[in-house]
Amino acid sequence: MSDGSVDTFPRLLLQHAVVRALHPAIREKDLGIWQTWNWGQVSAEVRALACGLAELGFRRGDSLAIIGDNRPRLYWAMTAAQCLGGIPVPMYQDAVALELEYVLQDAGIRFAIVEDQEQVDKLLECRERATGLEHILYDDPRGLRHYKQPFIKSLDAVQELGRSARQPDFIEREIKQGKPEDVAIMLYTSGTTGKPKGVCITHSALINAARGGCGFDRLTAEDEILSYLPMAWVGDNLFSYAQSLMAGFTVNCPESGETVMTDMREIGPTYYFAPPRVFENLLTQVMIRIEDAGAIKRGMFHYFMDVARKWGADILDGKDVGAGKRLLYALGNVLVYGPLRNVLGMSRVRVAYTAGAAIGPDLFRFYRSIGINLKQLYGSTETCAYVCLQQDGKIKLDTVGIPAPGVEVKIAESGEVLVKSAAMFKEYYKRPDATAETIDAQGYFHTGDAGFFDVDGQLKIIDRAKDVGKLANGAIYAPNYIENKLKFFSHIREAVAFGDRREMVCAFINIDIGAVGNWAERRNIPYSGYTDLAQKPEVYALVRECVEKANAELALDPALCDSQVHRFLILHKELDPDDDELTRTRKVRRGFVAEKYNVLIDALYSGKASQFIETQVKFEDGRSGKVSAELRIEEVKTFAPATAKKAA
Amino acid sequence: MGGGLSNGKSIGDVVLDLQDISLAFGGVRALQGVTFDVREHEIRAIIGPNGAGKSSMLNVINGVYHPQQGTVSYLGAKRHDVNTHEAAVQGIARTFQNIALFKGMSVLDNIMTGRNLRMKSGLLAQAFRLPSAEREELQHREAVEQVIDFLEIQAYRKTPVGRLPYGLQKRVDLARALAMEPKLLLLDEPMAGMNVEEKQDMCRFILDVNDQFGTTIVLIEHDMGVVMDISDRVIVLDYGRKIGDGTPEQVRGNQAVIDAYLGVSH
Repeated sequence: MSDGSVDTFPRLLLQHAVVRALHPAIREKDLGIWQTWNWGQVSAEVRALACGLAELGFRRGDSLAIIGDNRPRLYWAMTAAQCLGGIPVPMYQDAVALELEYVLQDAGIRFAIVEDQEQVDKLLECRERATGLEHILYDDPRGLRHYKQPFIKSLDAVQELGRSARQPDFIEREIKQGKPEDVAIMLYTSGTTGKPKGVCITHSALINAARGGCGFDRLTAEDEILSYLPMAWVGDNLFSYAQSLMAGFTVNCPESGETVMTDMREIGPTYYFAPPRVFENLLTQVMIRIEDAGAIKRGMFHYFMDVARKWGADILDGKDVGAGKRLLYALGNVLVYGPLRNVLGMSRVRVAYTAGAAIGPDLFRFYRSIGINLKQLYGSTETCAYVCLQQDGKIKLDTVGIPAPGVEVKIAESGEVLVKSAAMFKEYYKRPDATAETIDAQGYFHTGDAGFFDVDGQLKIIDRAKDVGKLANGAIYAPNYIENKLKFFSHIREAVAFGDRREMVCAFINIDIGAVGNWAERRNIPYSGYTDLAQKPEVYALVRECVEKANAELALDPALCDSQVHRFLILHKELDPDDDELTRTRKVRRGFVAEKYNVLIDALYSGKASQFIETQVKFEDGRSGKVSAELRIEEVKTFAPATAKKAA
Repeated sequence: MGGGLSNGKSIGDVVLDLQDISLAFGGVRALQGVTFDVREHEIRAIIGPNGAGKSSMLNVINGVYHPQQGTVSYLGAKRHDVNTHEAAVQGIARTFQNIALFKGMSVLDNIMTGRNLRMKSGLLAQAFRLPSAEREELQHREAVEQVIDFLEIQAYRKTPVGRLPYGLQKRVDLARALAMEPKLLLLDEPMAGMNVEEKQDMCRFILDVNDQFGTTIVLIEHDMGVVMDISDRVIVLDYGRKIGDGTPEQVRGNQAVIDAYLGVSH
């Protein structure tokens, strides 16, 4: 790992190119074969790209938009911009033109490096209004042969230009000029409220976060990571970019978004990161396949998963577990857990993290019980995703661990979590007002999360500070907690709970079309699509059963007993980022949803048995249409605390 | 979508010329004196009501049927009656209305069958994995991977075709035909039974194949929107006779075509 003297990302790259020139730096699967670039080659590629950019007029302080799936050349573009003292601004590849346009204008972007035709087309659309955009450079030439505009160029051509036009020492001189306090990257926060803000992060902040994380989990150059999460997300920047450049480990880019499962199995990463929804989807797929399996396999799976649930996590944590139980677990490891880890591509995983949203306890327990060292961390874009980490062997289901090395965390009187560290963002781009609002005079960043330290000094996050409310009878109401309980059921994809200042809790449900569709097929229930399937009485019965189980569990906790769900409905459409109902990281925009479906909430609380709704939706190709349905509303059994034990 | 065609595409010489083709099965006269040509690099659509003789026409082109009357000229030379194998050797590939793939075989293996004609090494050389055979397989595998990449089916390489949804099976069928690197590609209802999104994808792939590889394409299609959007010229058949031929605009305005499609009172 690099020491403190190498203090910007371009310098880190130069160091790897000397120290481990032949060690694999990045891989990409192309035409079915994994192609590898070592650190020496990466350094040469970045150099050519940086020279080419400089030749096109990219100057110190310029921003460079980067849009696309995780591709080696897009990662190189980040370093190339940083070599020249520029600021890479990665954006979400599935953002619509209007969203890109906002960022292009806000950051005053002149250069964009994108993956393919799809992104070029979007930028051409933006360019009519975001007139500052001067150059569009693309990685994949497919379909772009006939684009004759002079400002559209291939990265090949730019690198070629760079190789021929500039002196070899040009880049060294540029890199020398870079300072650790320069802004290394700008990330736009998805913004659950208001317009996105550009979070400016310096080289020194991101490098501090990367060094701390690498030391904490003893990451070395021999580790492998699969990079499949959006480049615009802070987590990918920390794990696939900053930490890789810190420790020198290998980054693997999947072939396409759909092949991630296969690519996981082929690469067998040792270091893995995923937001809870990915773990949830994986588990859903496993459960679907188990339900389709023969009776013997299914029986074996359920028997040994029961064993794992009881003792698996304790064995992983090195706690005292009896020999007989260990033997049974070992047998399960041979028959079920090992093959299951292999199918998930997690056989070699040494450290796995999840963050981004609270993970359902049952989901978390599942992965740990089959022997995957899944841990939680806590952070945000503003804190470089580096605030709290869980230590090996000291894992709790409902905490996010201890403050990471070099980070100071304290709890405000209001219950809000405050953070101070050397891995903190510099400012919101051109928004001194917003910066002053979140960083106080003592230098503490206000996270907006409510939490507290437990007896072992581990931080426990309950919910967003602004979401935590009270029921009409004064009991605490944490909607996220309830929703996570519901979302653990493989049949439920999304849930939105309501209850603040109301006499009871009600909920919207999105079914998981994959899991419920499969369930319906096995029962010969015909359906034409999501809307149709969602309103089937059988599906309502299925979901009601899930909600009742969640209620039974809630009833066990005296503080949350009153949060049981009394009535629910299944929405007629899936909540979708294109309709602004979810953020790009797929968190529910609670306020927006509540406003948009106000009539449904009224129906839930007025005791109606059904409600008609019509909604405008945007399709993937940009067209829009209407979905309408008569939604059924159902009552759910709730439990008194005393009787809950039996039902649970 | 139609914009793709105005991108400076140059239509070449006539590659396939059919003169006065007649085909009958006993008393059923499937084709009666149909004459038309296909030019290099164009997308030529054949449309018409059910039973108009569209599939028969494709079957004549790739040698399944031999017309009782008329001549077929291919690449400038008059063609004698050929069988399907000879037609394939000459560079004519096709996809089928009701998907002709090996359901139990993987996507990869199915597409590999498209390379069959180009394999030089014999059965024994392949069975013993002689170096020459292995080298050849690598070459073919690379060509197949290009097609997989082109049609964006990387995620299904190892999946048995029978387990794929219908729209994807159609895409694999096209991939198998493309793996032959054909000069002339015949598509029999490539979009039948697809939803709107799948149709749009397929349209884009057909236009891309035509554009990137310069492949000449003859296609049968029922979806008029699709036909009018992507074809350069359209021929209309009705009861085995040609009743219209020209650009989509010309055909759309043709009274005989309107009558055939909308019906006319006799």
